[in-house]
Amino acid sequence: MPLSVSLSIEGDTTVIELAGELDAKTAPDFHQTIEKAAGHGTSTVEIRMAGVGYMASAGLRSLVFAQQKVADHVTIKVVGAIEPVSRTIRTAGLDRSIVLSDD
Amino acid sequence: MTEPASEQVLRVDAYPTHEVGGYRVRAGKPFPFGANVVPGGVSFSVFSDQATSMTLVLYKRGEPEPTAELEFPQEFRTGSVFAMTVFGLDHENIEYGYRADGPYDPVTGHRFDARQVLSDPYARLIAGRDVWGVEPDRSRGYQYRSRVCLQDFDWGDDTPLGIPAEDLVVYETHVRGFTRHPSSRVTAPGTFAGLREKIPYLKELGVNCIELLPVFEFDESDNPRSNPETGEKLFDYWGYNTVSFFAPKAGYAATGRYGMQGDEFRTLIKDLHAAGIEVILDVVFNHTAEGNEQGPTISFKGLDNATYYMLTPEGYYFNFSGTGNTVNCNHPVVRNYVLDCLRHWVADYHVDGFRFDLAAILGRDLDGTPLHNPPLLELLAYDPVLRHTKLIAEAWDAGGLYEVGNFPAYGRWAEWNGKYRDTVRSFLKGDPGITGDLATRIAGSPDLYSSRGTSASVNFLTAHDGFSLADLVSYNDKHNEANGEGNNDGGNDNASWNCGVEGPTDDPGVNALRTRQMKNAMAILLTSQGVPMLLSGDEVARTQQGNNNTYCQDNELSWFDWDLVDENSELLRFTREMIAFRKHHRELRSTAHPTGQLRDSLGLPDISWHGERAWQPDWSPESRLLAVARCGTGDDDVVYVAMNSHWEAHDLELPALPGGRSWHLFADTGAEAPHDIRTPGGELELENAGKYLIGPRSVVILVGRTPDAEF
Repeated sequence: MPLSVSLSIEGDTTVIELAGELDAKTAPDFHQTIEKAAGHGTSTVEIRMAGVGYMASAGLRSLVFAQQKVADHVTIKVVGAIEPVSRTIRTAGLDRSIVLSDD
Repeated sequence: MTEPASEQVLRVDAYPTHEVGGYRVRAGKPFPFGANVVPGGVSFSVFSDQATSMTLVLYKRGEPEPTAELEFPQEFRTGSVFAMTVFGLDHENIEYGYRADGPYDPVTGHRFDARQVLSDPYARLIAGRDVWGVEPDRSRGYQYRSRVCLQDFDWGDDTPLGIPAEDLVVYETHVRGFTRHPSSRVTAPGTFAGLREKIPYLKELGVNCIELLPVFEFDESDNPRSNPETGEKLFDYWGYNTVSFFAPKAGYAATGRYGMQGDEFRTLIKDLHAAGIEVILDVVFNHTAEGNEQGPTISFKGLDNATYYMLTPEGYYFNFSGTGNTVNCNHPVVRNYVLDCLRHWVADYHVDGFRFDLAAILGRDLDGTPLHNPPLLELLAYDPVLRHTKLIAEAWDAGGLYEVGNFPAYGRWAEWNGKYRDTVRSFLKGDPGITGDLATRIAGSPDLYSSRGTSASVNFLTAHDGFSLADLVSYNDKHNEANGEGNNDGGNDNASWNCGVEGPTDDPGVNALRTRQMKNAMAILLTSQGVPMLLSGDEVARTQQGNNNTYCQDNELSWFDWDLVDENSELLRFTREMIAFRKHHRELRSTAHPTGQLRDSLGLPDISWHGERAWQPDWSPESRLLAVARCGTGDDDVVYVAMNSHWEAHDLELPALPGGRSWHLFADTGAEAPHDIRTPGGELELENAGKYLIGPRSVVILVGRTPDAEF
């Protein structure tokens, strides 16, 4: 299933909404969007992942990439990830630097 | 972000030159070995000296049958290395292996069989055993599937801790066993992630190094036995049967099913480092999971049997490991393989050191002869990448080579000191004729390591192999019936004593004695010179119910029961304070062996021996009492440790102290908790300065300091 990626700004938050499968094939689209988001200069980048049914390790690397791209003071939030996806993020240790929330 | 055109470098090797089996390919780079992501594709490189042809076998992830088989063109072979870059692969979703064709002639050592798909010896990930204990589909032809792995973990500012060896307090544990018990209450029991949740416990305990039983991919289901009483399947629980040397065990990762075991393990190491705790891996290079002639063909056996294994002139496997085969460690190709493997774990996983299982084998020549100057051991000692890692040898093997004290060290290698274990155990149970040897052991075994310093001696009383500490004081004999080997497995020479009753008892006197004996063990271990190593769970009296060889027991015999943290908080507190005490007294951690020479500043020798009378140790065969006073560099305190394994109390005359110092009580295992031990710095000044009554089978620790000394 392809990945759809959308980008919007809501106040001081840049919102990236993902739906589909985040794997090695689709991650480059996500990366391009992260780069755009990093350029917006908002204090928060919120990645809405409720529509992501599968995330391969490429997806985790994308989140690491996002951390490296945004400025130090920018908060990255992952919102609405289904349990298998959020568990993967937690067990890989990314929950220490990325805010995981249900909604 | 795409680089500006002017800054882009046109790489010719990003383009194919050939087509094989419908895939665009070009000759790969022979080095590095393994599967490595390169621009546009994946480069595969594998060594085989005698193969006549080599085929790369590609699978879609999880599919039973290959999607492609690509034979290496002859022009892609450099020397004995086959290397090919395949373009357009989705490296995340492929598995791969090799078919090596060549002679099948066991007498000359060759066992090529092109029907077999072989794992890559350099595979960074292995699929096929992603979740612990899931019964594999054995009808599949290719069980242990090599996978491609990116090495792009974000280590942040993680750097090696570089803790001096003499300052280490090592904690030997098992990734699964540490948190698999339901009482652990972690989110991912039995995994790297679960262990990570217990870092605060380790930090509070005070250990600064964990030594992990094998974490390289092994197959826990390769044990054919079952429990004769219950019929339950037995496992290869410990994991000393390596399938793949570069791959972390997927079944130890909550994310193993996603192929994320590498990052999960790295995250654990990164967080341990942040907590001030180093990581040592127990590595097994003496044998592999391929066994002997009857064993499976997984990798080495089919790729280059005659290079990787020590073979008899008839082509059978030498068995110095006791497990069927012996790795040909000092063959030049295999030496490099071992070196590459260890470099990988240091550079890509930030591991701090290694403990080598049956390391005496690493000093044997191609035909098994012990070498005077083993090139592998020298290579590892001087390697630039491994330069500051800890190298610890289990300095014996199953072929009868026992090198404790004689292991070729090159100024780098330390050893598990089996003589320390045997002597202190014997003293604890009250054997006669031990005090002389006990003195040598607690002073850092100068008889064994005179030129290497005290930190060459890793002191331990218990390890995974043998009784736990609680069982050491609860059983005279091993009780290994659950292993299904008729109680014939495991060591018989345990130097254990059950304190009067074999196994569990309600007798409060016996239980009190056992607790005291465990405290005695901790007190002696943690005040001995050398590097102390604790077995995980001993600090809370973990029992294996008398089983001294739980290699196959994936159950409560092996798991850390976290309810014991509360139930045995008295022993836990004692251990914690003893570790803190060691950290606060540099004289216990001196790298130099004591000489008995006077120290100018205090007018006391660096070490002195005492008995019931000060300055008069009793070395006679019937003596079971020894006291030692240490006065070292860096601290102005004097530490006095009296050890009484006699069943009667004794009056101790204490040595007089210079400079207005007086004796303060830190620990007395004969006292009821909470008076058995104090917090370092909070020692209680003795009222009767010259004497102390040491109880039966007790250890007393005093500190000689000025009453108002700031700690």
